[in-house]
Amino acid sequence: MTTVVMAVAPTPSMFAPVSTPALAIREVSFLVLAIAMFIFIVVAGLTVYAIIRFRRRPGDDGREPPQVYGSTQIELAWTVVPFLIVIVLFLTTTRYIFAIEGRSPTADALEVTIVGNQWWWEIRYPRLGIVTANELHVPVSDPADPRPTFITLQSADVIHSFWIPQLAGKTDVIPGKTNRMWIDPNTPGTYVGQCAEFCGVQHAGMLLTVTVHPKEEFALWVAAQQAAAPDLPAVRAGRDVFTSVACINCHTVRGTPANGVFGPDLTHLMSRATLGAGVAPNTRENLRAWVNDPASLKPGALMPAMKVSGSELDQLVAYLVTLR
Amino acid sequence: MSVLIPPIATPAPATVPTGGLARLHEWVITVDHKRLGVMYVLAGLAFFVIAGLEAGVIRWQLAVAGNTVVSPQVFNRLFTVHGTTMVFMVGIPIVFGFGNYLVPLMIGARDLAFPRLNAFGFWVFLFGGLLLYFSFLGGDGLYGAGSAPDVGWFAYAPLTGRAFSPGNSTDYWNLSILVMGFGTVATSINLIATTLAMRCRGMSLERLPLYVWMMLVVSGMTVLALPPLSAAQIMLLLDRFLGAHFFDTQAGGSAVMWQHFFWFFGHPEVYILMVPGFAMVSEIIPVFSRKVIFGYPMVVAASLAIGFLSMTVWAHHMFAVGMGAPLNSAFAASTMLIAIPTGIKIFNWVATMYGGRIRFATPMLFACAFLFQFLCAGLTGIILSVVPFNWQLTDSYFVVAHFHFVLVGSLIFTIFGAIYYWFPKVTGRLLSERLGRWHFWLFVVGFNLTFLPMHWAGMLGMPRRIYTYPADRGWDLWNLIASLGVPFQAAAVLVFLVNVAISLRRGLSAGDDPWDAWTLEWATTSPPPPYNFETAPVVASRRPLWDLKHPDDPDGPHE
Repeated sequence: MTTVVMAVAPTPSMFAPVSTPALAIREVSFLVLAIAMFIFIVVAGLTVYAIIRFRRRPGDDGREPPQVYGSTQIELAWTVVPFLIVIVLFLTTTRYIFAIEGRSPTADALEVTIVGNQWWWEIRYPRLGIVTANELHVPVSDPADPRPTFITLQSADVIHSFWIPQLAGKTDVIPGKTNRMWIDPNTPGTYVGQCAEFCGVQHAGMLLTVTVHPKEEFALWVAAQQAAAPDLPAVRAGRDVFTSVACINCHTVRGTPANGVFGPDLTHLMSRATLGAGVAPNTRENLRAWVNDPASLKPGALMPAMKVSGSELDQLVAYLVTLR
Repeated sequence: MSVLIPPIATPAPATVPTGGLARLHEWVITVDHKRLGVMYVLAGLAFFVIAGLEAGVIRWQLAVAGNTVVSPQVFNRLFTVHGTTMVFMVGIPIVFGFGNYLVPLMIGARDLAFPRLNAFGFWVFLFGGLLLYFSFLGGDGLYGAGSAPDVGWFAYAPLTGRAFSPGNSTDYWNLSILVMGFGTVATSINLIATTLAMRCRGMSLERLPLYVWMMLVVSGMTVLALPPLSAAQIMLLLDRFLGAHFFDTQAGGSAVMWQHFFWFFGHPEVYILMVPGFAMVSEIIPVFSRKVIFGYPMVVAASLAIGFLSMTVWAHHMFAVGMGAPLNSAFAASTMLIAIPTGIKIFNWVATMYGGRIRFATPMLFACAFLFQFLCAGLTGIILSVVPFNWQLTDSYFVVAHFHFVLVGSLIFTIFGAIYYWFPKVTGRLLSERLGRWHFWLFVVGFNLTFLPMHWAGMLGMPRRIYTYPADRGWDLWNLIASLGVPFQAAAVLVFLVNVAISLRRGLSAGDDPWDAWTLEWATTSPPPPYNFETAPVVASRRPLWDLKHPDDPDGPHE
């Protein structure tokens, strides 16, 4: 199986796009930024000129300057010119809106459903039978051989917003409403993002990565994720702890009685790079601290402190780290 | 036949109480528009200082990555109460306070049309505001006591539902704003009635000072936009207390409906706050440029256009909710259109300065900084109206930068300018120009240090309302610079408060008309008597005092 090595998380700059929607947005952003810069230079320049040229000087005679009440021609000009700019901007905007929103999935598109939860992301691949969390894996989409990913967004509780700036603009994740968006990343790598709509105490701790794999690597990742959890005799004690305390009320580990749905699927917990939706690296020590008291890593997290004894905790962690 | 007139018992002349308590009593029972106006502004400034301190803590927490100055929940309370305070308890009372004070004076009226309603509006606002802050203290036996609301100032459903916000903190937010809303609507009705019915002789609508025109537009917008928010808040109360399901998505309610209600109020609200700023600079710029406003009819028309268009742009806050391409395009169009009348105003102000003899007293300094900063705010507004780009920028720090350029860089700057401009009328004394310049430059530097870098943080993918951020995102520098602006802004406000305190006692005597201005409020004494004018003024043009000062070249024929 492939070990997913988190690249050093880069800055999620919207000006370093690797996917069509984000590329299109950068394109249109250059146009509007150029127009805005042009207007700024003209208007600010005129203002600076007026301020310097027409300031009162010590030698002035103290009389009032000529009173100019207005000019129809000038006022008409500065109404019509902005209007023309608005028309250009509007037509451009509309073209891009329809281009991005109007794309429909092809037969070979990857379908993913992402469910926002306070404060983590559930990621489902309905056609592949995979359920994971917080780290979306998709194949690269070569322009010559496109393999776009279409994402269905739903929320289990409050409003969240799905945002990976290098791949696409944000789409809100709204309870009672299903939203769709798509990405087609053209460069393998790991891209970061996070929830962009305030969703409660740990809004800041609802991070997200998208890992883009070359095709063969993605197939390997899928195969590894589709496998059920191993049942190693060496960690049977930990597994018994897991299935006998409250863990299974919220978590699923496929191949065990645990089929809870309120928390992340743990079948391949250790294939994920982080804990708590990106708040800490997924190491054995952090995992132990997390199970003991999630609030120590993520204050406000909804998972309660499990209050298992030290030895049980050790067994439990020993079991969890086998969930690769 | 003689009529027997029973002797009227004359009561013993009431001893006029004096002393601090009596003076306080006078202010509490007053229905005078000037006193109420002053109280609005003072209360607004007090809340401004409090909300500014909250912002200081927010910037302290965000100065470096992974900071732990405050807990996540305290951070969320701070930005919620900061935003709510600044919009509802600083912006609104200050702009309506100025309106209260100035509108009757500018139209030559004795008072507002409904003085008692006016007093009601003020007290409802003040106690509404105190109610919000009471949530920090809480009350005995209340679950959620000691906890301020933490749902954000636009309080999106269903986060505000019982399931996700147990306790009473969200109810404090809801009730406080509901109550203050009633007061604001009452004041708006009052201003409309006053402007339409109580103008002095000769003051036709086309001679109305621009300030009054714009406050009329603002009041109209308020009457139309605020009740839908109140309605939504009542629905939220029903949801929370009576088990209704308007916004309860778990029972089929709609989260998006709250957004429509809120922004149907919330976007006009931006103009309700900003048009009074336009109104203030529309008085300040001509007087300090020594020129009549360029294109008065156009400025009025632009204000009306902003008023109408502001009702049609609300869903541009919702481009990411998935409204679909046609609706997104429609709201992009209306949003871009509103940039036109707004731009026209900037052109008119600059044209007014052009060819003038500009005197850079403190009010004019603030007005000039406003021009540049509002230009930035307007342009980032246009940038945000480009829907695909908006999908990236919305809910990021770019938006935070944008609306602080509107509400601080534009509104607060015009309010400070207006305070320097009208302070002599209200108190009879001028504010110190020297301290005024310190105030101005510290604030310009601090403001831009804090809010310019936020544009970059947003474009680098930093979402708003996060209490901390990972160190490897490349946002550190911009956040640090933003936080370094805070001491400058704090110093500026401190200089301002010192200036007020000193000038109240020892400021130069202002006289009736210290700026050689042209509108009616400068025709009466400083401070004006309770009845405003000794004789009812009669006006023959838009600048009655210009006509008085220049009988050889009155305005009338040029209008």
